[in-house]
Amino acid sequence: MSQLTDLDIAGARDALAKGDVSSEELTAAYLEAIHEADPLNAFITVLPGKAIEMAKESDARRRSGTVGALEGIPLAIKDLFCTQGVLTTAASHILDGFTPAYESTVTQNLWNAGGVLLGKTNLDEFAMGSSNETSYYGPVRNPWRLDDAGGRGGDGLVPGGSSGGSAAAVAAHLCAGATGTDTGGSIRQPAALTGTVGLKPTYGRCSRWGTIAFASSLDQAGPMTRTVRDAAIMLGAMAGHDPKDSTSIDMPVPDFEAALAGGVNGLTVGVPDEYRVDGMPKEIEDLWQQGIELMKAQGATIKPVSLTRTKYALPTYYIVAPAEASSNLARYDGVRYGLRVPGDDITGMYENTRAAGFGAEVKRRILIGTYVLSAGYYDAYYLQAQKVRTLIAQDFAQTFEDVDLILTPTSPDQAFGIGAKTDDPLSMYLNDVFTVPASLAGLPGISVPTGLSGDGLPLGLQLIGKAFDEETVLRGAYALEQAAGFTAKPDPWWRA
Amino acid sequence: MSVDAATVRRIAMLARIAIKDDEVPPLVGELNQILDWVEQLGEVDTTGVEPMTSVANVSAPLRADDVTDGGKGDDILANAPDAREGHFTVPRVVE
Repeated sequence: MSQLTDLDIAGARDALAKGDVSSEELTAAYLEAIHEADPLNAFITVLPGKAIEMAKESDARRRSGTVGALEGIPLAIKDLFCTQGVLTTAASHILDGFTPAYESTVTQNLWNAGGVLLGKTNLDEFAMGSSNETSYYGPVRNPWRLDDAGGRGGDGLVPGGSSGGSAAAVAAHLCAGATGTDTGGSIRQPAALTGTVGLKPTYGRCSRWGTIAFASSLDQAGPMTRTVRDAAIMLGAMAGHDPKDSTSIDMPVPDFEAALAGGVNGLTVGVPDEYRVDGMPKEIEDLWQQGIELMKAQGATIKPVSLTRTKYALPTYYIVAPAEASSNLARYDGVRYGLRVPGDDITGMYENTRAAGFGAEVKRRILIGTYVLSAGYYDAYYLQAQKVRTLIAQDFAQTFEDVDLILTPTSPDQAFGIGAKTDDPLSMYLNDVFTVPASLAGLPGISVPTGLSGDGLPLGLQLIGKAFDEETVLRGAYALEQAAGFTAKPDPWWRA
Repeated sequence: MSVDAATVRRIAMLARIAIKDDEVPPLVGELNQILDWVEQLGEVDTTGVEPMTSVANVSAPLRADDVTDGGKGDDILANAPDAREGHFTVPRVVE
């Protein structure tokens, strides 16, 4: 059975089309793999009954000749997407028992394409985190681990965050593909730390309707997969205009898979000097150089570029995102859904519910957000951040007049040990230093695994593209993936 | 600008999050660490720069002023911790 879970989305699609396997068999194999992978804590909810039922329905559709782009493919869904009739938690205590009466547009699109829901994956609480350690349901363990001679990974390694459960599930072959959401790097950074592919589409490419909001001007759903081809297939099914989300852009969804064949010959790839940060390990620098050489060897022109405000992206993000979060999370007050903790009066009930329901990182961000939006500080912090954000977006727009893609590392370092950075919020925030700028500008970005660190842990490179030019991003990523030939897999220790 | 204990209590009140006395000092430290770090944005010259309100360069879409949904009373109340007779129930707010 375990052989079936070696099939990626494209491989499973072919095997299902040939009749070599049924969706029910494939789904059963994944459910068994999930059962064996309990030590990873990648899932909050597993849905064996529903998954088999959806797989049987898919097999029936296939027999009748109706086949969607993801027909019969078992998928895992980040527990930030509302799924009708299925517990949806955002990994927060405050959403205890919340069972949406509606389905998010992105997941509905996936089921319309024939996808099968295996379960809901773990994440940082309300997607706030870079390591998947802030979940009320406990940290996710990275399927990759250090040979522990140095004692650095005693409790295991983080998978990155916030889509750490989805990243771990993809890396450990607990699903064929998964959804993630990316606000400041929450798809790309965990992809890099787990040796998988993570694509953040252009802001507005995928509907945010029914996705639990963190920072509305930044949040964007995207696919997390084993290969670039799978990312193209899955994005095609997720994307599209949705009248229910006023920030969803009405543009045609191209055939992303067809775009892969383009190659990078004739493309110009920008390399920004500002992404060389202090203290970045030499192996990240070497990986980046290797990526540059691989692109060059395939006919791309490499061009040094300058994104002068890069250093201001992270502080801008840590004003804008908490400000929006403090507003979005005002709805969790113990009245309409989730946890309620009584108080002396209604204000006491709100305060007690929110004190008990939110974890430390979420509270910290709500307080920062409340502060920067409060009277007297709004102009100095929030308005200034919004202006710097404009300048960061202008830097990208200007650079993209001369280049087709920008190549950078995805993460400043390899996966770190669980607990290693939890006492230092700022050091944790720095993990997203390379992914946040593109998020602020709303641009598409992808992380592709291209090498291993000296410790044998995966490292990724990021390609950033122009708005709504996911086709070129995927072309570049496919070329990089093929040239890098990354085939390493984590040793399945969790099955022991 | 830096926050003190009174400011932390005030923003916690504005945010409707109860905090205990022993939680205040660590929060003062953490918030100041983050605020000191974001202060560096002050050095960017933003004279004449428009604040970004949306990354997508499009105007907000309009739709017909028609009811497209409705009749969801039971769905809306389904997850309430306390709902009675078609309403959310909360502690008494009017004497």
